[in-house]
Amino acid sequence: MTSEEVRKSILDIIADIAPDEDLSGIQDEVKLRDQFDLDSMDFLDIVMELRKRFNLEVPEADYPQLVTMSSCVEYLTPRLKDHQPVG
Amino acid sequence: MKYDALIIGAGLSGLAAGIRLAMFDRKTLLVEKHVEIGGLNSFYTRKHRTFDVGLHAMTNFSPRGVRSSPLGKLLKQLRIPHEDFRLCEQGVSEIRFPGKSLSFSNEFGLLEQEVAEQFPQQIDGFRRLVEKIRAFDELNLDDHATISSREVVASCVTDPVLMDMIFCPLMYYGNASEGDMDFYQFVIMFKSIFLEGFAKPKGGMPYILNMLKDKFVQLGGEIRMGAPVKAIHTAGEALRAVELEDGEEIEAGCVLSSAGYVETMGLCQPPQADADRHAVGRMSFIESIFVLDREPRDLGFDKSIVFFCTAPRFAYRVPGELIDVTSGVLCAPNNFQYPEPLPEGVLRLTNQASFEHWDRLARSDYRAAKKAERERALNELCKFFPDFRPNVVFLDTFTPKTIRKYTGHLNGAVYGSPHKVKDGVTPVRNLFICGTDQGFLGIIGATLSGISMANRHVLQASRSPIQQAGDVHA
Ligand SMILES: Cc1cc2nc3c(=O)[nH]c(=O)nc-3n(C[C@H](O)[C@H](O)[C@H](O)COP(=O)(O)OP(=O)(O)OC[C@H]3O[C@@H](n4cnc5c(N)ncnc54)[C@H](O)[C@@H]3O)c2cc1C
Repeated sequence: MTSEEVRKSILDIIADIAPDEDLSGIQDEVKLRDQFDLDSMDFLDIVMELRKRFNLEVPEADYPQLVTMSSCVEYLTPRLKDHQPVG
Repeated sequence: MKYDALIIGAGLSGLAAGIRLAMFDRKTLLVEKHVEIGGLNSFYTRKHRTFDVGLHAMTNFSPRGVRSSPLGKLLKQLRIPHEDFRLCEQGVSEIRFPGKSLSFSNEFGLLEQEVAEQFPQQIDGFRRLVEKIRAFDELNLDDHATISSREVVASCVTDPVLMDMIFCPLMYYGNASEGDMDFYQFVIMFKSIFLEGFAKPKGGMPYILNMLKDKFVQLGGEIRMGAPVKAIHTAGEALRAVELEDGEEIEAGCVLSSAGYVETMGLCQPPQADADRHAVGRMSFIESIFVLDREPRDLGFDKSIVFFCTAPRFAYRVPGELIDVTSGVLCAPNNFQYPEPLPEGVLRLTNQASFEHWDRLARSDYRAAKKAERERALNELCKFFPDFRPNVVFLDTFTPKTIRKYTGHLNGAVYGSPHKVKDGVTPVRNLFICGTDQGFLGIIGATLSGISMANRHVLQASRSPIQQAGDVHA
């Protein structure tokens, strides 16, 4: 996947987890937690979805890398480069 | 065949845990001993009418879009849109004591105003209590301190009648202990009843339960009904296999049990040493359902739910007789804001009851006692309320024995053991408790309990306990 496809995949995951949120105005540099009122249960779901969709384990120590959209893309793109977009 | 997880009990906690695990591709088997799903909050049919067993109201109402509330968390964790619960809010409910009445609704301001009017000397203390409650983190699973609610409340409110009036609904809707209440549980109940509020799902519990079950199955979960667990076989501290009544042995990576702590320990083979030391719950209830020939409103019942006490002081403890008629809960399902009226008028009456006394009755006396006790309860009720007996077209009553029979909870204890296991851990590695005895009670509570325990012990199992501590609900 390209970084644009990775970004799209993350958006898909957030849309599944938080169906009531309007994601169209997402700001890539602002913490996801603050924009969409995501809590630690939601972050668990993001990690679980990455595992389910891409068979990717994000170790606990790397959770801070998932704090904003741009940090997610930066962290995930090299790890998902051999994957096809899903969903 | 080996499962990642086996869940005991298709009540609300078991179904919710199942959905979470199946959602993330854990191979999950749910086994239920009864032929219906729902457990303590199931449904049954009599004479072509379907009745909810437990449901008076769902507590914790929060509107669509609120995601940080217990209901909001539950919906997003199960990925169910708010509108799918089809919640219809209450109108006004009431706490009615001799000479005093406090109305409350899903707007907290009403209760505050009522306290200010009826107990002008107490309102400052009441507000202080509410501040304490708002500031308390009741969902910390790793806080094992026991705080007496009576002491906390007494430090703010001094009028014994107001104290009783605050405790009455909270105890009826979620207290496993007699006399006092653990403060974390008091906070959970205060928030869920007074700060949030009541609603009923259109279609009742059958609708909600079937939605959860269908979701579990669609996600790939397996469910077996009429399949009681006979034994949980262990080897040392480790889980070996689960044996069903018919002798089949099932292997699973872990087991989540909603059967109750003592009940679950009682299934372990060889027996667990600590099983006998854990407190067994005793609080149970009798419930009568009256179908009326008109709307309750037309008979003078305009509240959604009334928590009442006809005696000068309110007592919450196992009665020394079959039932205690001096307090109870009266629910009028029709007085919720349904989009179209319910087909029939219904009133439900709940009183505290003693399992021991009901259990002692000879079979031949049981039916007669049900009738006599119901009559006694109605006579007492009519001191405070209009007599609706001439308008009853159908009625049914169930007792602590009924609850015991259908859910397996010892003593028919609706809220389980007074000693909760908040982290869900048992002496057996990979055997965890969810639901009633984990400590989140009621419909919303049990559902959240299933979610929390599935997250913590299965989905996050690779994480260290220290990292997990407290963040399940953060
Ligand atoms: C009369 C009454 C009124 C209530 N009113 C309300 C209300 O108005 N609002 C509210 O929020 N809550 C209410 N409640 C409480 C609510 O119903 C419970 O808190 C909730 O349903 C508990 O769910 P649970 O999953 O923890 O336990 P349960 O529902 O008891 O689930 C446990 C399941 O395990 C099964 N099981 C037990 N042993 C075995 C075994 N060996 N093998 C296989 N399966 C087994 C049982 O059959 C049961 O289905 C009421 C309860 C009662 C009884």
